[in-house]
Amino acid sequence: MPSYVITEKCDGCKGQDKTACMYICPNDLMVLDKEKMKAYNRDPMMCWECMCCVKLCPQQAMDVRGYADFVPLGASATPLRGSQDIMWTVKFRDGSLKRFKFPIRTNEEGSADPLGGYPAHDDLSSQALATEPASLGLDAVPTL
Amino acid sequence: MANFETVEVSTDLLIVGGGFGTCGAATEAAYWAKKNGLKVAMVDKAALDRSGAVAMGLSAINQYVGVRDGENTVEDYVRYVRQDLMGISREDLVYNIARHVDSTVHLFEKWGLKIWTDEEGKYVHEGRWQLMINGESYKIIIAEAAKNALADAGGEIYERVFITDPLVENNRIVGAVGFSTREEKFYVFKAKAVIAGMGGAVHVFRPRSVGEGLGRSWYPPFNSGSSAYFTLKAGAEMTCQEVRFIPVRFKDGYGPVGAWFLLFKSRAISAEGGEYMAVRKDELQNWAPYGLAKPIPANLRNYLGMLDMDAGLGPLYMETNEAIGKLADQYKDDPKAFKKKMKELEAEAWEDFLDMTISQAILWASQNVKPEEKHSEIAACEPYFIGSHSGASGAWVSGPEDLDTPYKWGYANMTTIDGLFAVGDASGASSHKFSSGSHAEGRIAGKSAIKYIVEKGAEPAVDTGKVEELKAKILAPLDLWAAHCNETTDPEVNTNYILPRQFMFRLQKIMDEYAGGVTSAFKTSKSLLERAMELFVFLKEDAEKLAARDLYELERCWENIQRMWQGEAHVRTILFREETRWPGYYFRADTPKMDEENWHCFANCKWDPATGEWEMMKRDVWNIPGV
Repeated sequence: MPSYVITEKCDGCKGQDKTACMYICPNDLMVLDKEKMKAYNRDPMMCWECMCCVKLCPQQAMDVRGYADFVPLGASATPLRGSQDIMWTVKFRDGSLKRFKFPIRTNEEGSADPLGGYPAHDDLSSQALATEPASLGLDAVPTL
Repeated sequence: MANFETVEVSTDLLIVGGGFGTCGAATEAAYWAKKNGLKVAMVDKAALDRSGAVAMGLSAINQYVGVRDGENTVEDYVRYVRQDLMGISREDLVYNIARHVDSTVHLFEKWGLKIWTDEEGKYVHEGRWQLMINGESYKIIIAEAAKNALADAGGEIYERVFITDPLVENNRIVGAVGFSTREEKFYVFKAKAVIAGMGGAVHVFRPRSVGEGLGRSWYPPFNSGSSAYFTLKAGAEMTCQEVRFIPVRFKDGYGPVGAWFLLFKSRAISAEGGEYMAVRKDELQNWAPYGLAKPIPANLRNYLGMLDMDAGLGPLYMETNEAIGKLADQYKDDPKAFKKKMKELEAEAWEDFLDMTISQAILWASQNVKPEEKHSEIAACEPYFIGSHSGASGAWVSGPEDLDTPYKWGYANMTTIDGLFAVGDASGASSHKFSSGSHAEGRIAGKSAIKYIVEKGAEPAVDTGKVEELKAKILAPLDLWAAHCNETTDPEVNTNYILPRQFMFRLQKIMDEYAGGVTSAFKTSKSLLERAMELFVFLKEDAEKLAARDLYELERCWENIQRMWQGEAHVRTILFREETRWPGYYFRADTPKMDEENWHCFANCKWDPATGEWEMMKRDVWNIPGV
């Protein structure tokens, strides 16, 4: 069923106005059942398996079960996303495991400076965008 | 009528969409807006951190020209795109994006994106134009820069607001309307200029998987043709609506093949073992001059594989084991280095999937696939509308002001509607911009739109009567549901309405069976297309009978109306172009050859909001002199 919620682990993000999975799902699939205080995927057939919800869930209450119409049972790919890298555990149908760790960014979250430290100019009519030509590494924007 | 509160927002520039094109637009526009005392508002159907086509991440940047280090020239890129699109591209737009894209990539690196570098600190190329990245958080990083830029300029971001229709008066955009997908609120944005960048379209054609895997499209299912609908409804001229894209990917999971072809130098073969690019190379002569030059266009590579499938030679396979073996062979005399190299290659291969198509990793794991041991099946996906990749559909936009071209009627990236700009998949005939080029194009449009506002911006004269009409129309599916849902014991089956899921299936069936989808092996003809148009008449009438039981279904209703418009523009344009030019995207069996004499041109279309009539037209292709 693409992304799914583990009943025992989900705490409905403790009754805040929205859960993490609802907040992040790019396809608007996650909802909170306020009576049960559990989230669920309301339309698994529209799930892209992007795992944005799985990565963000504070309770690690979410996972993906491969699409049942073409994926044999028994495999999984489980992310553990930190602030600088992501660890993946890939479980095969035959029980074997692979583990990978990849960087996700080179600096602190939130620190992206829109001008990238390049000098900017104030000529609205030129072809040069705000940080150009410095950010191109050239003396001028190429033209014909 | 459903009792929705109307929320009015007034701004100078409105940016619609949250992907790479609009994040580029927001970042650049915020800078110029602040300098000129203007206000910018951005509105996204989802959450900016993970919205748009790069929501999951990416494992490569596909457009980097490398002018700084003398790797290529901007003109080289123009030649590459001309060749890949069989001679049909807006070279002024391609040039404009290519001359700015490197600065976008350099900014990405400063913003925190990890681009692979070698021992000398140079970028690691996957191919001539492609850079390898650790891109799990690619979208988050790019969104962060846009958010920081907007915050610095006092801009606003509206998330979970779904824009449907443009507001246009006297051929000038004055705003846009839509609704919140979280609360019962109808939004009216009034603006002096609008940048449209709401992505391409998926699920217009029936996907290969129609059970639980319906959502496993290569391009994301939340890209529903919002851009095409918005610009068409505004009355803007559109281009290349026939140039859909069909990627060949690992079958069913739709995992990327770029790294396998370009980085690992893998071959693709039929079940009989023949490498279709070699066995069928004579076929390429039928598509000269494009078929005979390098690199061979994506659609022709597709086509040679499709010929193998048609001949019953499937499945097709990517020779992953052979490719890894050859790479590892270089280390066979040094067991320690061999082991290290194999581990490195294995991590690279898996990261390629885990960064951008996690389903493919799950599919391989579920079938116990070890790429170093066994080859894997590849297949052509269903057709998508994605002008940023190797497709070309989008709005017809004005070119850069400093180039001497026939395509200038306003500010860079402005459509034929005053003040309405298009970027990314929303702007056409400027293929191969991908993530980085879309962002660069967004930056170009962001600056250009602010310049337009400074020089020509007028207070938006919004017609409140029209807004009320649109509100009633947009919320109508909720009313229809409320009026009839109790008439049957199963509310899914009712004679007075149709629910969005079945409506989508009806569109997909028409497109798949008549307009050259997967089950018709990508073939169509004049007769099939004319039959599609007959069925479209009923479909459009029944679009008025769409019902929604809640906000979620209202969102789906409007997405499917958008898909329907994209589908109609597509059918009309492939019907208009009486030749076959991109045989690996679609094949018109009644006009099976390329006709350079009559059809070396753009096929454009326009829907007239005043009359509801469609107009089809040819536009000349202009080549950059000497390139």
